[in-house]
Amino acid sequence: MSVPHFRRVAAIALAAGLGLGLAACSTKGDDETDAAGKTIITVDCQPVGAQKNLLQAWNDDVKAFEAANPDIKIKSVSVGTQCANPPDFTARLNGGSMTDVFYGYMTDVQQVIDSGQAMDITAYANKDNIPTWDDVLADAKNTFTKDGKVWGIPTKNYSMGLVYNKTLFAKAGLDPKSPPKTWAEVREAAKKIAALGDGVAGFGEYSSGNTGGWHFTAELFSQGGTPVTADGKKADFNNDMGKKVLQNLKDMRYTDNSMGSRQLLGWGDLLTLAGAGKVGMFVGAPDATTAIVTQFQGKYEDWAMGPMPGQDGPAKGTLGGGEGYFFKAGLSEDQIKAGLKWLAFEKLTPGKGQFDYARAKSLNEQVGLPQPQLFTPGSASQKAEFDLRKANGNIAPEDFAAFENNPVAIKFEPANAQGIYAILDGAMSAILTNPNASVDEELKKAEEKVNQLLAQAAK
Amino acid sequence: MAIATVPGAGIDVGSQAPPPAADPRRARRNRRIKENLTGYGFLAGAVLCFAFFSWYPMIRGIVMSFQRTRRGETTWVGWDNYDRIVNDPSFWTAWQNTLYFTVLALILGYAVPFFLAVLLNEFRHAKGYLRILVYLPVMLPPASALFLFKYLAYDPSDAGLFNAILKAVGLPTSQWMQSTDMTMPAMVLASTWMNMGGAVLIYLAALQNIPGELYEAAELDGAGIWRRITNVTIPQTRLILSLMAMLQVVATMQLFIEPLILANGAGTQDSATSVVYLIYQHGFFQNDLNGAAALGVIMLVALIGFSAVYARLNAKQD
Repeated sequence: MSVPHFRRVAAIALAAGLGLGLAACSTKGDDETDAAGKTIITVDCQPVGAQKNLLQAWNDDVKAFEAANPDIKIKSVSVGTQCANPPDFTARLNGGSMTDVFYGYMTDVQQVIDSGQAMDITAYANKDNIPTWDDVLADAKNTFTKDGKVWGIPTKNYSMGLVYNKTLFAKAGLDPKSPPKTWAEVREAAKKIAALGDGVAGFGEYSSGNTGGWHFTAELFSQGGTPVTADGKKADFNNDMGKKVLQNLKDMRYTDNSMGSRQLLGWGDLLTLAGAGKVGMFVGAPDATTAIVTQFQGKYEDWAMGPMPGQDGPAKGTLGGGEGYFFKAGLSEDQIKAGLKWLAFEKLTPGKGQFDYARAKSLNEQVGLPQPQLFTPGSASQKAEFDLRKANGNIAPEDFAAFENNPVAIKFEPANAQGIYAILDGAMSAILTNPNASVDEELKKAEEKVNQLLAQAAK
Repeated sequence: MAIATVPGAGIDVGSQAPPPAADPRRARRNRRIKENLTGYGFLAGAVLCFAFFSWYPMIRGIVMSFQRTRRGETTWVGWDNYDRIVNDPSFWTAWQNTLYFTVLALILGYAVPFFLAVLLNEFRHAKGYLRILVYLPVMLPPASALFLFKYLAYDPSDAGLFNAILKAVGLPTSQWMQSTDMTMPAMVLASTWMNMGGAVLIYLAALQNIPGELYEAAELDGAGIWRRITNVTIPQTRLILSLMAMLQVVATMQLFIEPLILANGAGTQDSATSVVYLIYQHGFFQNDLNGAAALGVIMLVALIGFSAVYARLNAKQD
């Protein structure tokens, strides 16, 4: 082929290829059924390759489910270890590139509804499609319900408490079976742990990437406070309770020097320190211990959990949350039913999927955590799940006994949570990085900004 | 002289006449199209790429900035998104931080690569080795380079690399990213280290185009190195310097990855919040893509304005 001719062909091929490529991008590739007439659904949050055991368990479950339901085909999609990392999740949601049945946090419900990408599944969320549906906690179901319409199926829930390193407790002369129950006790314990030296912080806390505001809110709940007024129109943390939250942290950081020099920590930073055995305590949910081990090279035997500390006695509240699955708008009835069937199998049946404790134990996964607690206490499903957990538990029950035996009222995140958290990060980072920062001034600044944010959001 | 023929009244040329000649203009056009087919083919690829990946998103962004989408329904809301975004508590802080970063980056990130290029140009030995050394950081993925700075260099304890050096020479240590005063200088330092390799190579190319006779003449006139730089090097590279300044400002105004990695986003007390990070916050954390689009348009207008003024000032100088 002569050079000019080759060039011409190349140019035309390039233009045509590009056009076809672009056209292909805009083509919807999802099919409702395959050639054999099976209903196909795509489902995300398949564990990633690095999570070998979890991935194997998921794939085995898919096989078992398809064998039991020969008319359904599951296509699994992995979207990272943190299945609903906010920026990725928002991008997928607004780009309409979610799977048919897609994972999301409880706090994503409004965003999912606003995007118009999910469907109302009220007519299908029932015992016919999910046999244990009536046993699922009403609170958990309510978090995925707006204005009487069901938008998602809850599959996990959590509440926060005090996660602590038993090994460091023992080294510091503290009783690993008796975690601190008040912030004053946390402060004392933190001092002793920090005194171990070697870069160990007694207490770790977030202050960036919106996680500082998230934890401020959790600790404000423990004081009996709430970040916004009941009508959601004004900030409600510039008060004695908000001041105590920041003052406790400031005292630990600068008066006691028990929080280490590294601050401005985000989610992964703190868990990295925890995995390395460099932090004695932090506020978190039971599954934080799973993350420490499976993602941050920690050891299960180091970790235990107590209730959320209160100011002068038991905490007056703690932050709760959870996760679930939504259904992409436009699915056929068969696809919705297939999706619900899969969720029932994988997430909401004692002895199967996430509640297959016998398998988890055989894979050396942590069994016996007090959460998720998805079923109503006293219901048949709850009893079955509890019995299985007890029979297969491979963690010392006493490690989580203090958390489990001292339940704290669960409070949920406010509307516009991420915007509020971003602002409260400022107050948290000021208190933890600037010895001269004033608690009063930081709260006042944050209050003004949150009021401004809420006023704008209401427009 | 042309013979005018009227149909039916002219000479009957019969079947022996040659076929009527095609319109010469059309023939020329067809020939030109044929000849340029390759060009049009390549152009179509580029135009399609730009159209789909640059112009369409840009226009879509502008349209979105005047809309609001709720529950899948999109409505026109006029200037509401602009009103909301301008009243965002971090709006002015983000602009202040971004401008501060841009000014610092101009002082450090613009001057250092130029003088480094001049220095490298003076070397007679190990030229290739030194150039590779300078360019090496550019090959490191930006995220990896920034994590190195975050965990190794900017560790606020005495174990941090920079603090250890400061301590060794008897200087006070710094809190680096945990200090509101040091956040921006630290980000500029990391950014300059990461990016200067490319600029150095461009300056080096420009320096090597300067005729050697000019330097010889300057030397004969007794000019020292400083005079040679100010009277020969800078005037001879003015065009490239001017272009790089504009590109530098446009690039640094779009500050994002440095605050995201070094400061986990906003940094201590909002000291790292940049305009692009605020766009990211609105778009991906606050579920406010329309507000994010409005801020993106504001930034686009600001950069177009800057570029236009800069180009005009440059044209006047010429």
